[in-house]
Amino acid sequence: MQRAIESLGANVIASLERTGRTFNLMLLVLWELVQPPYRFYPIVRQMYFIGARSMVLIVASGVTVGMVMGLQFYNILERFGSVDLLGSGVALSVILELGPVMTALMVVGRAGSSITAEIGIMRITEQIDALECMAVSPHKFLIGPKLIAGVLSVPLLTALFDFVALFGGYFVGVVMFGIGEGSYMNGMIDNVEWSDVRLGLVKSVIFGLLVTLICCSRGFYMHLTKAGSEGAEGVSSATTDAVVLSSISVLFSDFLIGALF
Amino acid sequence: MKKLNIQLITGIFVMLGVAAFTYQAVTIGGVSFTAQPGYTLMARFDSISGLREGAIIEAAGVRVGTVSAITFDPDNYQAIVSLRINEGVPVSEDATASVRTQGIIGEKYIKLSQGGFPDMLGDGMEISATESAISLEELVGQYIFSSKE
Repeated sequence: MQRAIESLGANVIASLERTGRTFNLMLLVLWELVQPPYRFYPIVRQMYFIGARSMVLIVASGVTVGMVMGLQFYNILERFGSVDLLGSGVALSVILELGPVMTALMVVGRAGSSITAEIGIMRITEQIDALECMAVSPHKFLIGPKLIAGVLSVPLLTALFDFVALFGGYFVGVVMFGIGEGSYMNGMIDNVEWSDVRLGLVKSVIFGLLVTLICCSRGFYMHLTKAGSEGAEGVSSATTDAVVLSSISVLFSDFLIGALF
Repeated sequence: MKKLNIQLITGIFVMLGVAAFTYQAVTIGGVSFTAQPGYTLMARFDSISGLREGAIIEAAGVRVGTVSAITFDPDNYQAIVSLRINEGVPVSEDATASVRTQGIIGEKYIKLSQGGFPDMLGDGMEISATESAISLEELVGQYIFSSKE
């Protein structure tokens, strides 16, 4: 009995420590980023990795999600004889919810896991200690570019996702089911306000920060957790951890942002 | 060569992303960076239930403006609605503004009906003739209670 309570306490303390370390890391990185020298090329390289190479995936999933939404909304709206609402239904749900969330989850799966693995391997092979020995700040050199690239790339990817999803819905609604083109486009234009687009943007910026931060910190502080002593196996469990945790926090913060604003 | 490729592809990615966002913001979200020229009129309503800021103003079924602000007047218990009317749409002094619904469950909008006076309203002036939102429940209630008597 005492064992169970002890292990519960240990888990709570460990997860609080991890959360604290993650925020500490964010503040450290931000503090070091505002100090010169500024280097831009690493950011471009990370944006290429996180953003540009995810484009095909994002476009493919965006079209699919848009078409599925079009299909499902059409089936529902047809029962009430209000298929004219298809455009606004698809546009609002994609711009407000599905775009930011799906994009963030895709980025977690494609880029987040490899960020954790990369930094985690650098940690267990003592490359990060080597950087520190050479007086190169690993916060600034390793994590800074990834963090900036994540915060910039996820909103851009979300915008791409939204755009192609709207036209996936257009394809299903207008081309397949023959809704008037005008009613689809104008329903979209009339019902989506700038505040909706802005909320989607805010969400995607926050998701971008969360995902890259959690993935970086899981790899960077691997040696402080149990996984750090397990070598290659530890990297794999840290990666799994990072993916699970960042997916959950994306979904939960989506709810929080939706409830607060 | 490798470096150039990375930069090129990243540049294309950024351009596509920005273009997609601008499309959403401008075309779908309706952000205009230059304010549409026009003027603002005020109107008082006893009830505007369901009307939102940004709602459409129509005259003869054509969109001629948007509702820019809604405030509450505690003295008279009325709603004061600011109507942003597009340039080139004159509104006469005895025009009527009424809160109407698109379809039976659709969104609320403001319908402007032109009056016969030759004098036109200017910026900041008030439309005096207004018709409040018609509430289906109230109509039904009135019908039920009046038929009892």
